[in-house]
Amino acid sequence: MSDTQTNHKVILDMHNIFKNYEGVRALSNVHFNLRRGEVHALVGENGAGKSTLVKIIMGVIHPDSGTIKFAGEPVKISNPHIAQGLGIAAIFQEASLFPDLSVAENIFVGHEPMNKIGGIDWRKMNELAKEPLKELGVNLDVKRKILGLSIAQMQMVEIAKALTANAQILIMDEPSSSLTLHEVNDLFRIVKKLRDDNRSILFISHRLEEIFEIADRVTVFRDGQYIDTKDVKDITQEDLVRMMVGRNISQLFPKFEVQRGEVIMEVKNLKKEGLFENISFKLHKGEILGLAGLVGARRTELATTLFGITPPDSGEVYIKGIRVNIKHPRKAMSLGMAYVPENRQMHGLVLQSDITKNISLPIIKNFTKLLFVNRKKELIKAQEMHDKLDVRSSGLQQLAQELSGGNQQKVVLAKWLSTEPQILILDEPTRGIDVGTKAAVHELMGKLASQGLAIIMISSELPEILGMSDRVMVMCEGHLTGEFVRAEASQEKIMTAATARTLRDPAVSAT
Amino acid sequence: MESNSALRVKNKNSSSFLTAFSTWRELGIVAVTLLLMGAITLRSPYFLNAANFEDILVAISLTVIVACGQMLAIIIRGIDLSVSSIVGLVAMAVGLFIRDKFDFPMGWTLVMGIGFGILLGAINGLLITLGKLPPLIATLASMSIFRGMVVVFSGGEWVNTYRIAPSFLQLTRRLVLGIPALIWFAILIAVGITLMMKYTRLGRQIYALGSNPNAADVAGIPKNKVTFIVYLISGTLAGLAGILWASRYGSVTNETGIGFELQTVAACVVGGVSVLGGSGKVLNVVLGAWLLGIIGNALTISNINPFLRLTINGVLIISAVVFDTLIYRRLGKQ
Repeated sequence: MSDTQTNHKVILDMHNIFKNYEGVRALSNVHFNLRRGEVHALVGENGAGKSTLVKIIMGVIHPDSGTIKFAGEPVKISNPHIAQGLGIAAIFQEASLFPDLSVAENIFVGHEPMNKIGGIDWRKMNELAKEPLKELGVNLDVKRKILGLSIAQMQMVEIAKALTANAQILIMDEPSSSLTLHEVNDLFRIVKKLRDDNRSILFISHRLEEIFEIADRVTVFRDGQYIDTKDVKDITQEDLVRMMVGRNISQLFPKFEVQRGEVIMEVKNLKKEGLFENISFKLHKGEILGLAGLVGARRTELATTLFGITPPDSGEVYIKGIRVNIKHPRKAMSLGMAYVPENRQMHGLVLQSDITKNISLPIIKNFTKLLFVNRKKELIKAQEMHDKLDVRSSGLQQLAQELSGGNQQKVVLAKWLSTEPQILILDEPTRGIDVGTKAAVHELMGKLASQGLAIIMISSELPEILGMSDRVMVMCEGHLTGEFVRAEASQEKIMTAATARTLRDPAVSAT
Repeated sequence: MESNSALRVKNKNSSSFLTAFSTWRELGIVAVTLLLMGAITLRSPYFLNAANFEDILVAISLTVIVACGQMLAIIIRGIDLSVSSIVGLVAMAVGLFIRDKFDFPMGWTLVMGIGFGILLGAINGLLITLGKLPPLIATLASMSIFRGMVVVFSGGEWVNTYRIAPSFLQLTRRLVLGIPALIWFAILIAVGITLMMKYTRLGRQIYALGSNPNAADVAGIPKNKVTFIVYLISGTLAGLAGILWASRYGSVTNETGIGFELQTVAACVVGGVSVLGGSGKVLNVVLGAWLLGIIGNALTISNINPFLRLTINGVLIISAVVFDTLIYRRLGKQ
């Protein structure tokens, strides 16, 4: 199945790549080839080795052994310069743009057009910058600074930058995770165009539906090993999942029966100026309430309001029938609430601290007598939660920043679960997490619900909403536009409600 | 993402807002300075005196020269606290060297002083790039070390006018087109740095490094090289200022230059150079230096304790930073 060296269609050919990275066998006898004019998806659970491979392609790290051929010629990509020289570009979104510099400057950084006397030719640069943007169908003022652009626009600038550098290979890592549906469509249109221009796109994504939509071939890694490469048209989603996980996941989402308990939280006419209004709903013990909507629906804002981070302007919240005024997360926590934020790195973890400290953070008082912390008690609790959630780590003393995304999320969950909450708000709990860990998190959610925990689950992934929720609420631009029980929910109904206001349709009435 | 990523903002026009804000801020500084000048004139007739004006311009010029270097350091999210000691050390070294040498060519003196400044700047650069010391710590240390060297060189003595060649004193006083040479030095430096920042790749790299240090590697910007050059330039400019200081004031003491680092940082920050890094223009430096120069002069001619200037500079820095931070927070800059 592999393309041989003489095949001109192959632009990047990697064989027998081994890499030990930070004490772990990151890649073991891995193969990968990329053809000209294809969109090639790279999938695998977290820790499978995808980002290690990408770092090697980009010249950030070197393989311990193995061969790399570019357009048939053996190469050694010793540093990012060489990678760039070969025409390899990575689309990182905000991570590699300069906010204080203009669009044109960012596009040409490092190779600004010069005038005859050796200075930067601003007029030429601004003129030339318009071309790739026009080609991409993007309308941007090239003189404006990057600061303030949306994620989608920044991606476009990155792509324009890659085009100007005549990139042959574009690497995109989870490019759609921060985009609206509309922006994703734009992105895919552009990816297809790049492919038709005979460029190659290496696409890492956890969103299997997208892979089937846009990729030509898909390569699967698992635990640092090469599993297989297939033409997308020849396989199904189940096949793909099986390759990734190595076992048959008959159901991605565990089925469970719910005995819905009494109302534990009731919200009436909650409003926050400029963000959301007229939010009313009830939450029962033992149920999972899915909160669906598009990016911008203001679901996270609702969550942070409920949890006391950004108190509401008006409206009432009742917990167990008693009216409460939650102005601070501490109050929310004392009422038995826990909030697992969307951005685990920024808001959920102390990256430079170890697992123990992260887990014990909200309950540290339990281990403190006078001024001193009983480290032993702390460790015991941390170990308990660590094992309960099956966190894969080198030990409790490992720093949070060294964990993979999925395990980081488990630590955040462990932290909040250790507070023994009654109401758990999860904001995109499985975003950016591999299938295996996703299933584990879902199973845990089901278990918690069956033990009486009330869960609000914010998710942008429809399969997750449909598979996990007992009831689904849909928000659109700060309003509740739909409410369905599990049996009557469907992708179409949810989508319709999620776009209700943007399409200027009369809002779907709440059931 | 629903929650705003740090760079995403509701206001799509934040870039034009940013430009507008900068312009208004600059105009604001000008307005405040003019108002202040008006107020002082009313209070004190000495202010509009030509000699007094020259004093103000001298102070402003020296500040501008060194603050241009400080600006570069601040842009790359660093700082150069040692400039005050470099000024003092170079002034003392040059002063001692040409003392009693009444025939020594001035051109060479200038070269020596600048060379010494390059050396000291290079030391800072190495401490920060090779030594990997944070700029604050590195330049704090070098500030102390260089200041100590002043005493070592001088043995506690001062250098005084009567023992310095008149030609040296003329270095800053000679009139070119009716304007004292010192001012021309400042103009030259200001224009030079402006051109460098706008038209050279190095200038782009300096802004880029300060704007997003993490992206700098991937973009192929040689971080260490750029950082080294920045501190080299800062040291060089401070060295130049040192000679000019000695030439202008005609005497060098062990305390020459003390507190000057604060002055340059204040000039930058008050003038509009962002403390977060990534942006700043020579115009900001000039405006800041102008305002500070007026204030300093006002204190002197009103017979207010000159040490009050330190307090005022400090208050100004805080006000400017708080003001800017509030605005930048609105824009969501991280």
